[in-house]
Formats: sequence, C-alpha cells, structure tokens
Amino acid sequence: MTTPTTPTTTDGDTHLTEDPSLTSEGGQELASRDIVSAVERMREKGAVLRIGEAEAAASAPAADYVPEDETMIINMGPQHPSTHGVLRIMMELQGETVLRAKPIVGYLHTGMEWTGEELTYLQGGTNVTRMDYASPLFSELAFSLTVEKLLDVEVPQRAVWIRMLMTEMNRISSHLLFMATNGMDLGAVSMMLYGWREREETLRFLEKVTGLRMNHNYIRPGGVAADLPDGWRDDVLRLLDMIPPRLDEYDTLLTGQPIWRERLQGVGVIDTETCMALGTTGPILRATGYAWDLRRDMPYLAYDQVDFDVVVGTYGDCFDRYAIRLNEIRESIGILYQVLDKMPKGDYRVQDKKVTPPPRARIDESMEALIHHFKIFTEGFKVPEGEAYCAVESPRGELGCYIVSDGSAHPYRMHIRGPSFVNLQTLPHLMHGGLIADAVAVISSVDPILGEVDR
Amino acid sequence: MSDTTDPVEPVPDPLPEMMHGVPVGWSHGQRVLHPSREQLTGLIKTLHDDGYHMCLDLTAVDYLTHPGRALPDGIEPERFEVVVTLLSHRERARLRLRVQVPGDELTVASLFDLHPGTEAMEREVFDMFGISFEGHPDLTRILMPEDWVGHPLRKDYDSGRIPVQFKGAPAGR
Amino acid sequence: MAVEGGFLDKGLEGLNHNFLTGNLEELVKWARSRSVMPATFGLACCAIEMMAAGGPHYDLARYGMEVFRASPRQADLMIVAGRVSQKMAPVLRQIYDQMMEPKWVISMGVCASSGGMFNNYAIVQGVDQVVPVDVYAPGCPPGPQTLMHAILTLHAQIRDGHLTRRPGEGAGLVIEQRDGQPDNGVRVGLSAPRGAVQPIGTR
Repeated sequence: MTTPTTPTTTDGDTHLTEDPSLTSEGGQELASRDIVSAVERMREKGAVLRIGEAEAAASAPAADYVPEDETMIINMGPQHPSTHGVLRIMMELQGETVLRAKPIVGYLHTGMEWTGEELTYLQGGTNVTRMDYASPLFSELAFSLTVEKLLDVEVPQRAVWIRMLMTEMNRISSHLLFMATNGMDLGAVSMMLYGWREREETLRFLEKVTGLRMNHNYIRPGGVAADLPDGWRDDVLRLLDMIPPRLDEYDTLLTGQPIWRERLQGVGVIDTETCMALGTTGPILRATGYAWDLRRDMPYLAYDQVDFDVVVGTYGDCFDRYAIRLNEIRESIGILYQVLDKMPKGDYRVQDKKVTPPPRARIDESMEALIHHFKIFTEGFKVPEGEAYCAVESPRGELGCYIVSDGSAHPYRMHIRGPSFVNLQTLPHLMHGGLIADAVAVISSVDPILGEVDR
Repeated sequence: MSDTTDPVEPVPDPLPEMMHGVPVGWSHGQRVLHPSREQLTGLIKTLHDDGYHMCLDLTAVDYLTHPGRALPDGIEPERFEVVVTLLSHRERARLRLRVQVPGDELTVASLFDLHPGTEAMEREVFDMFGISFEGHPDLTRILMPEDWVGHPLRKDYDSGRIPVQFKGAPAGR
Repeated sequence: MAVEGGFLDKGLEGLNHNFLTGNLEELVKWARSRSVMPATFGLACCAIEMMAAGGPHYDLARYGMEVFRASPRQADLMIVAGRVSQKMAPVLRQIYDQMMEPKWVISMGVCASSGGMFNNYAIVQGVDQVVPVDVYAPGCPPGPQTLMHAILTLHAQIRDGHLTRRPGEGAGLVIEQRDGQPDNGVRVGLSAPRGAVQPIGTR
C-alpha cells in the first residue's frame, strides 16, 4: 500500500488540501505555553517587559500559573471578514478570555522596498503609494519630502499648499473608511454604506484633481504632478458643506448610542507608557491622553500657518480611538477652509530642469525640453549621495521614509516606516484580559492597513 | 519656508565631534551618531535617560555595491549598517544612530529590553538581511514564509524576476 | 430515465436531454447567474475598490451580490482582489479548495492577473499559477465599473452555460477597463442592468 502523497497545489479537482503544513508558518506562530521561554510567557501579563529572562523565570508566581489543558490556541485569519486585510492572529484563550495574542504578518509582503531600489525617483511614487492604500497621498508625500531633502530643493508655496489640501482630503477619506469598516465590524452594517457614500464624494474630488480614485502618484519630488483644475474651489466647498451634517448623523447613529458605547468603552485599553515603549504613534497614542501630532509638534509643509486642534482621548480605549478619528475629520475640514483662503498662486512644481519634466507643450518647441523630458523619464534624475529620513502624520501615525542614495537615479535603499507595522505590536496588550468577542473591535480600532505593515 | 520635518539645528561651531563618547555626523540638518556595536546598548540607555524615549524605526542597509559613503573619522565602513531612529518628545527632535556591522559577524545587541517596540522591526531586519539580534525573545522570520531560504534585501540576492515579453508574443506559461 | 453515468454521477450533463430537462437546465443556469455569492478575499488596494463596488454608488446589490460570504463553503465566486504573496498562495489554494462546485474565480487587478508592477521574489506572478481563473479584470486598481463589467461577463457566461462544464481549467476571459465610461459600457448580453450608473466627473 503506497503512502498517501501530499496533494499538489495545482491539480484541477476539488481535492481538499488537508495537509496543514502547507499553511503553517512554524516558528512564527504562537507556541503553546509549555515550550515558550519565560519572556514569552510574561507577555501574558500585558506588561512592558523590562526585566531579564532569568528574573522573569524566577518570578513567575504560582498564582499566575495556568495549566496547559485549560487554554486553547485558536487561529484567526488570514482570510477573515474582519481582519482588515490579510492579518493572521493566533490567540491563546482560557475560556472566553484572551491570554496571549500574536499577530502573524507577511501575507501581503510585496517586496516594495526591493522594488523601490529598481525604480527611479520619479517612479518611486507609484511604488510607495500602494503601501498604505487607504491614504496613498501620505506615502507619496513622505517619499517626496525625503527626496527633496536629499536634492536640497525648495518646493514652491503653491505646491506646498496643494499638498496640504490633498493630504487633508485624503485624511478625511481614510477616516471615513475607518468609520465604515469599524461600523461593519461591530455589526452596524448601515455605517458601512454611509461611510462609503461620503468617501465616494471625496474620491470624486481626488479623481478630478489627480486622475485616479486611488494610488494617485500625484505628489512627486519637486511638487505635484499637475495643477488644480478649474472649479476646484466649488468642489471643495461643496464637500465641506456636505460632510459636517453627515458627521452629526454619525454622532446620532453611533456616538451617543448605548449599544455602541457598551461595545467600545473600556475595551482594548492601553496606557501611555506602554504606547511609548512600543513606538506607537497616531490615534492610538493620542487616545491615551498624550497629545503628539507631527503636524503641530514637528510641523512640515505649512502646518504651522494653519490653526487646528490636536484631538486627544482620556481612557485609551476603543471608543476614544473612534471618537478621535471622527473629530479629526472635523479638524481636517477646518484646515481645508483655511487652505481655501490661503492658497497662493504660483508654480505647482519646482522649475529645476533637472528634476521636473518640462510642460508637454514645450516639448514641440524646444530641443532642450525634449532632451530633459527624455532623460527624466527614461534614465531618471540623479540624486546626490547621502541619506535622509522624513516623516509625516498619516491617519495611522508617523509615516516615515528613509532613503540612502548613491548618486545614481535609483535609491540605493528605500525604507518606509509604516505606522501600522509598529502599531500592530500593541495588539497583544490591547487584547490581553479581554473577551474573544471583543477581538474584532480591538483590531478594528487599531485600523491597520496591511499594505504598509508588510510592504 | 522649507518643508522638512526635522527642525534644522544650527550646526554648532566648532563641530562637536563626540556625544556620549560616540562620533557625531550631520546629514541634511539631522544629527547622526555612529556607535560601534559594543557601544550601542550603553548609548541607548544613556539616550533613554536623556529623553529619547521612543524608538521610531530600526532598519538596515546593505552597502555591498555602494560606491562610498561619508563617515566621521575613526569609523570603518562595514558591509551592513543598522540604522536606529529615536525620538525625544520633550525636545521635539529625532536622533539617528548608524551602527556598522561586518558581513562576517552579523550580530548586534537587541534593543528589546529598553524599547519593546523594536521587536517586530528587528525581526524584519533579520528576515530581510540576516542580521541577528542578541537578546531578542523571538527571532523568527516575519515577512517571508518560515521555510524561505535567503535574505531578500541583500544586494547579492537573486531578484526573482521573471522575463516578461512584449504584448503579442506567445505566452510562455 | 437513468443512463450510464446519469444524473447522480454527472449532474445535469448526465441526463438524457429532452424538452423538460432543457428547460430545467435553463432554469438552473438562470438561477445560478442571478445568485452568485462572492467570498471575501480582499487582499490589498483592490479590496477597497471591491468594497466600493458594494457601496451605494455602484451597488452590487443590483445583481444580488452585495452579501459577501465569509465562509468559503457558502460561496461560489472568489474575487481575488489584490496581490498574492508567497506566504498567501497556499492559503489561497486552501480557500479555493473549500469552495463547493460550481465555483468561479475572478482575478481582479493586474497584481492578481499577472503580478502587476511587482515582478520580484515576493509576489506570485498571476493567481492562475495557483487557481484556475475565469475572468481577468485589468486595472490598478480596477474601478468598480470595471469590476462590475467582469462580474457581468461572468454572469453572461454562466447564463449561457459555458462555464458549467469546465475540466478544472478557468475560462480565462480578459475584459476591458470600463472606468469612467457611461452606462452602456457595462452592458453585457442578457444581463444588462436597468437604470444608469452615474459616471465620475459629470457633475
């Protein structure tokens, strides 16, 4: 009798893939408690571990001892309706209580940092924009700021304000996506439809300006790709009139509603010290009461010339994170009104011929323009040797870009500091001690985008 | 008004060459420290006491095919560099640390004890470059499958591209 | 009248065809094309556009498809929306295998169809390396209109019966992009939608 062979993955019939080793990730998964080190076991306490392993082993008190057969390790994902992308979480449960949790990522790893080394600086925007696909303009902005720092060029004022306009619009659309998915994850399915209704309006504006609904490649080193079209003020004003009453509707539907509050208040609590130790930024950090927002504390673009409040929570729970994002939409609307007033005239990109391509009409007239266009689009512009890091405040936290250049037209090393990648480390702390039924609410409130987690 | 994120510190004159016993460089207005691998842990502790409480980012660079980079006197360029970015909320300033790691001794002390948030970042560096971190509680791959061979972001790693023909050519599959 | 390899073995194809079975088959194909249940397989940016297609502007509910089934056992259409990485490929196959026949696959976006702009070590260069694909929808990401064109193409193929007899190979239809097109751009055969889709930018 021949031994049964492992079913191949490309045969056409519906043979059930019974071999679990095909999808198991070995050492990356959550291991059972009798074989993990003392340091791993101490994670269960949700504490920020600052003692050595020997001390941890010595100090595991008997009261914390949980027999092996009282716990169960379950797997959630990577295909799951509520994990915001391909996130896999393994949880150790004692009954309904979550003891340890471990997020396993890498299911969307695209080799974007490798791709960044292959593409030129002008093409780099198309790559980074697909990392955080809910707020792509922020990734493009971080990349462009870093390249401009290496090039040592100054971007014209109009380009700076256009960038602010577009990124704040993108912040609104990203937070609306959060509200929609958060609502749906918690069962408020109508919120999904409302969120998408508003988001479509913002996407309509973004498409009018950039040409695409998503992954725009609009913010490029040197400025922006094209000027704002005629009638943009009316479009923005229409949006700014339409959205606030709808936000008030959401307040009625969600914020004041007892069921929503019961499900989110006191769930997934984290404190500032843990957040700081884990490198967490963005709404998660602000929910704990710590007012840190790069737009105000380390301003970039022209954020020091606009007035806005940094929205801060009190309890560090899921409800605070939801309320912060809702109010950040309101703050962004306030910023947009100011941008409308203060938008200067001028160039929308720096006029350095070596960096920005010439206007298309001039290509017919001038040989030099044709040559510059050709060189920039085929070979790319060269960036002096050096290294730089620039960061922006994306809807998820600090989004940074570290580029090492070697004097050629391609980055030598491009690394994006994705806020979701770092923020995901708070998941075990948020879930510890909570119920399994709250796990979805917790993940949703962290609002990870797996594209920038896995890159 | 330039739109950089780091406040451009007035570069002091004469340039201080050392800070906490470690050579200092400047890169586009950003102070960069160059500790050795042995100095790293002590420096991180000192900086933590100084107010650099948050480790924003930990990554690595493979300088194998780089033509040549500027380093302060006394620092020998090695094949790999581990780059750590710290943040001080009080001073609203970032600080970058660049640690040289030789290609034949790929270990660095882990920052996990003081900055637990480096756990995922160090795993990513291990996965992509093969640099091990001593003292890390769980040094496994994070982005690639567990049985993957090789470290993709190294410069001598095969790209894995497939040749793509132009439209109209018969598909190879 | 049971024949060798009859209804119990081969389903509808095993029946001796006559007037009654012909109509029954038409009924079944009509029903299948009208009640496709998609499985949630949103991976990356295309998932956002897939959700937008289910949203109120583009409204997949017109075709009875707004309810995405979380369990693959309950689904018959897998829309692979996004890039498939090396780690995800076995999971993709496992989900596909758990779906019951008849099942179909739409490869949404260029990353799913061919690897897209990511021709490197990390991305499977086309999900047809892993599962058989029926419709390829191009775009990065394809807008909701292109996705709906792909879905309607699939519905038309189901309705015509071409996709019921499939020996483990996908139909491999490649559709054109329809983003920003007026409504008649998304009509396909008998499944023409009633009512207008408001194209972007005409306000």
